[in-house]
Amino acid sequence: MTRDTLNIAFRFLFLVLLQNLILNNIYFFGYINPNLYLLFIFLYPIETKRTNFLFVSFFLGLTIDVFSNSGGINAGATVATAYLSLPILKILLNSQDTDFKLFKLSNEPFLKILVYVSLLTFIHHIFLFSFEYFSTQQIGMILYKAFTTSCFTIVLIVLSIYLSKKNIATNQ
Amino acid sequence: MQQIAYFIKKYNYFLLFLLLEFISVALTIRSHSYHRSKFINSTYSITGKLLDISMSIFEYGHLKSDNFRLAEENAKLRTLMDTYSKGEIILDTAKIKNKFVAAKVIQNSYTKQNNVLTIDKGQSDGILEDMGVANSSGIIGIINNTSAKYATVLSVLNENSKINAKLKNNNYFGTLTWNGKDHRYSQLLDIQRQANIKIGDTVVTGGKSIVFPENIPIGKIKRFDASNKNYSNIEIELFNDMSNLGFVYVIENIDKKEILDLRNND
Repeated sequence: MTRDTLNIAFRFLFLVLLQNLILNNIYFFGYINPNLYLLFIFLYPIETKRTNFLFVSFFLGLTIDVFSNSGGINAGATVATAYLSLPILKILLNSQDTDFKLFKLSNEPFLKILVYVSLLTFIHHIFLFSFEYFSTQQIGMILYKAFTTSCFTIVLIVLSIYLSKKNIATNQ
Repeated sequence: MQQIAYFIKKYNYFLLFLLLEFISVALTIRSHSYHRSKFINSTYSITGKLLDISMSIFEYGHLKSDNFRLAEENAKLRTLMDTYSKGEIILDTAKIKNKFVAAKVIQNSYTKQNNVLTIDKGQSDGILEDMGVANSSGIIGIINNTSAKYATVLSVLNENSKINAKLKNNNYFGTLTWNGKDHRYSQLLDIQRQANIKIGDTVVTGGKSIVFPENIPIGKIKRFDASNKNYSNIEIELFNDMSNLGFVYVIENIDKKEILDLRNND
């Protein structure tokens, strides 16, 4: 339990620093900054009591916002992603009674991981850019930015999920 | 009553979700209005320090262009010095209208809808809200929030930024805004039809505001549409490359308090 909590806290700090100090300065193709901090949502252990999860996601987004002066856009998008993560996972795994205590995302088949990560990441970016532009006239711009940024984020997240799996395997 | 309690108990997870979303939207809307992003901004000492460290890693990337800009500015200032009567230095401080404080940009954004920069000088260096920020190539923005050591700058690439601008060759003035599309271009509104504008005309800051002194360069006219009644879609190509900012000047208008007092008396 405590080890899990420590792991989560460490991951939180690491991802916040990585996102704000390095990834937000990348500007790939002039405007793409991958939002790798979303990895936190995917690696968070699945519990039945999900209130903590929502709070932690909110603070994760808010921390990113404080650094990048963006109001509450990351907080809102991250909370929405966290809220939708379990229902989507249940639909994808096609079962109601999977043993979520033993569940590990990296043990699932590649295709399922890809679909799960892609769906949630795209949802996150739609929320993110809708909050940022905050206008219905810019819907084309929102979709365009959400799609391009998602692509890069998805590649990074899937890679990181496999990397973290390897780390855990060597540790134990 | 019992039913309400039951409802809350049953849907508490969903209600919490709604509450958190509501807070996020409220914070976002607050950040959209100037001077109201008091809590969520990067002027805290810890965020400032971390951004400072991060910038010290990345700044080597544009040292070359920074040096070039400084050399160019030195050359310009030297020519100016030559044209003024030699050896005569202004000793009377009453003649000095503006004070300049040099600062470093430690966090820059230019691809968002509302871009905000962070600089490494704050109240302890005499920086207050509503001061103008520029470098030798042109204007950058206006100070939005300050802490003891850091300050955020509302970039010209921000929907809320409205800067008084005029044409350099005559005195017709308008308002500089940004439509959120391209960080190289800004838009100029409210130019009178009588003003005879041409592509390539230089646009500078007007003397109407107390934030910027007159004649700080902004950009040149890239294209515009003209009808019988008015000009529309005037695109200004900014002199400043907003994606590559190193050192900047914060401009303090010394007479600002006096001007504000006068205006309040009316």
